[in-house]
Amino acid sequence: MSQDLDALYQEIILDHYKHPHHKGLREPFEAEVHHVNPTCGDEVTLRVHVSDGIVSDVSYDAVGCSISQASTSVMADLVIGKPVAEAMSIHQEFLTLMQGKGTVVPDEDVLEDGIAFAGVAKFPARVKCALLSWMAWKDATTQAGSVEPAPKEI
Amino acid sequence: MEGLLPELDVIRKDFPILERVLDNGQSLVYLDSANTSQKPQVVIDTMVDHLERHNANISRAMHQLGAESTEAFEAARDKVTAFIGAPSRDEVIFTKNATESLNLVANTLAWATGDLAIGEGDEVVITEMEHHSNIVPWQMLTQRKGATLTWFGLTDEGRLDLSNIDELINERTKVVSLTWVSNMLGTINPVAEIARRAHEVGAIVVVDASQAVPQLPVDVTASGADLLVFTGHKVVGPTGIGVLWGKRAVLDALPPFHGGGEMIETVRMDVSTYAGIPHKFEAGTPPIVEAIGLGAAVDYLGHIGMEAIHDHEKAITAYALEGLATLPGLTVLGPLDATQRGGAISFELEGVHPHDIAQVLDSRGVAVRAGHHCAKPAHARFGVQSSTRMSSYLYTTPAEIDALVEGLEYTRSYFKLS
Repeated sequence: MSQDLDALYQEIILDHYKHPHHKGLREPFEAEVHHVNPTCGDEVTLRVHVSDGIVSDVSYDAVGCSISQASTSVMADLVIGKPVAEAMSIHQEFLTLMQGKGTVVPDEDVLEDGIAFAGVAKFPARVKCALLSWMAWKDATTQAGSVEPAPKEI
Repeated sequence: MEGLLPELDVIRKDFPILERVLDNGQSLVYLDSANTSQKPQVVIDTMVDHLERHNANISRAMHQLGAESTEAFEAARDKVTAFIGAPSRDEVIFTKNATESLNLVANTLAWATGDLAIGEGDEVVITEMEHHSNIVPWQMLTQRKGATLTWFGLTDEGRLDLSNIDELINERTKVVSLTWVSNMLGTINPVAEIARRAHEVGAIVVVDASQAVPQLPVDVTASGADLLVFTGHKVVGPTGIGVLWGKRAVLDALPPFHGGGEMIETVRMDVSTYAGIPHKFEAGTPPIVEAIGLGAAVDYLGHIGMEAIHDHEKAITAYALEGLATLPGLTVLGPLDATQRGGAISFELEGVHPHDIAQVLDSRGVAVRAGHHCAKPAHARFGVQSSTRMSSYLYTTPAEIDALVEGLEYTRSYFKLS
């Protein structure tokens, strides 16, 4: 029983939950979005600052479970400093992992700490927790005018 | 333990799902009955028997099966009538669920003429502890009609703040709609007292009894309600069937909700006349086997006795409140006196999010609900985003409460809370 739990709650996730990276709302930013998970009430307010095609900053204020908070922290780590196109492909990679029902083997070179979420994909009720801030980031980055709007994937 | 149902072991055997072993090998500890209750064998068998032997559409089939089906459906109405002490079977209307019952009321009030008509300057009063299904339909009604929505606030203990009742319920008030038992805080509200004030000013009283009918002996006349709603699946019945009870005078004065078959008297191409209650509000083929299942369910509860079930809930709730109080960092939202509340207990555990609590408990077979329980404003009132909720029923044992408390202790250690 605690084996299943440990697959979900990797140490990396609990570390990010207790000590989130890049937390807080900062300026400057080109877009700010507010996303909620209507089933549980988790919320994130997220700002994106893009300059010269680079994701210069992602700042946020969020409330929610360990999975959603840790995922936000990991996401900010992964996209800050990356060209928008590369950050979008990391987003796609994480989305594929989360929607893979536990069958996708994550690429640590791309997802770094994000590979800890591989276990979350086996818990359908928690996938939305992990994706909340990723979807918010994509929305904000699209609104910032730095990428072509894409159709919604989930 | 005093107050427990005397033959709890026998009652538990009536509910086959309670024997369930989960995928991780854990035995089920089901503490989510305020969400939906489990079903006794007699409800399952009644529904299967109907589908296997008596299935036909009702009131429109001129054959033996049609007659049997109609008889079973209408017998279910009689059982519900008796169970809630309704003065007439015609006042018991089958709907899809409590949400549909409330929307039926709010929508037909929007179309009503005469005394029940709602317009600019009129007020509808609700409370801050309502389920979303008793908030949103009234927002929609008042917005559409230019009326004003007002509400009772809550005290820090999770009770209705009645200090301004005479201001809130005034001569402009047309409707007072409130829950009898809160699905989040567990609070039992003084419905009859509030109804008295509402009737003084000529307002009608709508009662959401979704959590009350499963747990309390209910007499609709004594409740003070003019209209009362509940859902079948929380009273050991199936999903897909709900009830609206209303005083004949009110139901007669309301226009029909859905138009279609069964709700008519006669139809011409230019105009129709409508059937009387209850059929006026039951357009189309109803959820037949679900209604029959609900009939079996209330028969089952009636056989055990609602007084005895209420005593059981009080005993289990008191034991749970006692157990939860032993956990460091745990705060119960709502009244702490088990005699003044229902069996749903929402709580916070400092340092762990409700989702994570529910996940750890699930790994031990303990099923609870985590989130806002469709009561976001009530959570906001207490400054919390979400909570964890345990809810018991007639089949809940003290050992299951122990499993919850142990599970919460384990949760604290898993998340390294000292």
